[in-house]
Amino acid sequence: MKENEVYAELSSIRSLMERSAKFISLSGLSGIMAGIYALGGAWAGYRLVYDNSGSLQYRSQYVNNPNVLWQLFFIAVVVLLLSIVTCIWLTVRQARKKGENVWNPVSKRLLTNLCIPLVTGGLFIFIAILHQNYGIISSACLIFYGLALISGSHYTFSDIKWLGLCEVALGLLAALLPGYGIVFWVAGFGILHIVYGLVMHFKYKQ
Amino acid sequence: MNISLEQFDKAFENRLRLQIMSVLVANERYDFNSLKELLQVTDGNLASHLKALEKEEYITIHKSFVGRKPNTQYAASAKGRDAFRKHLEALENLIKQQKQ
Repeated sequence: MKENEVYAELSSIRSLMERSAKFISLSGLSGIMAGIYALGGAWAGYRLVYDNSGSLQYRSQYVNNPNVLWQLFFIAVVVLLLSIVTCIWLTVRQARKKGENVWNPVSKRLLTNLCIPLVTGGLFIFIAILHQNYGIISSACLIFYGLALISGSHYTFSDIKWLGLCEVALGLLAALLPGYGIVFWVAGFGILHIVYGLVMHFKYKQ
Repeated sequence: MNISLEQFDKAFENRLRLQIMSVLVANERYDFNSLKELLQVTDGNLASHLKALEKEEYITIHKSFVGRKPNTQYAASAKGRDAFRKHLEALENLIKQQKQ
């Protein structure tokens, strides 16, 4: 065997091991879009709360008016659904471009690992709302989402682990400083997503 | 070239077998259809090389059903992982010797 043949063999083995174990069709663009939706949602939520009351009565207005609460909940669900749909659409498009099947053993594993912390978090937040523990919602969103990203990062770009760690750190800060939930929410879901999306977009030249 | 080829595993002489083994070493298990898609080979070709690896006891087979469809999962055995590692080492040694 010639030397460059051996090199070619080793690098093909390496790429195969990586391709078979990591799902790399995630699109950076979907991160940017999710960030923009989150900023839009936060802006709508902010307007909703602050237009209904003076900024001084913010807390009491928030807790006492179930109408506002449901509207906020609705905005959050719309942002979430829009982000998921965009992410799926862009990922499928990306995979097609590469001639890959989106539904393969790795993407299944990625999805399971993302969903376990995410669904746990969703239920936890729902329970918090039932008990009117509104103060922890924003930090719980960030922490569980961050943990989901960390657990999924084994099956895709490892850069996602850093995004996850930042989300968890922001979530803990949000828990430490109650009342600033929306600030951390905007930073975590809006700004971090856009930064991450831009980094991925240029790093992997999509 | 005076490098002994003894260190090379005969089972991995075929390129596809080495490829199959790399996928199985990197993953807990992999099913037949996904392997076929990933490596872009025909059913018969893949099946015959999987059989060869099975004969060497390098891989283990887990058969089950998803609904009514048979679903065959393959996993690397400890012996197979060992052989794969040794084969890679032999390839690396080859490069090292040529550099000297």
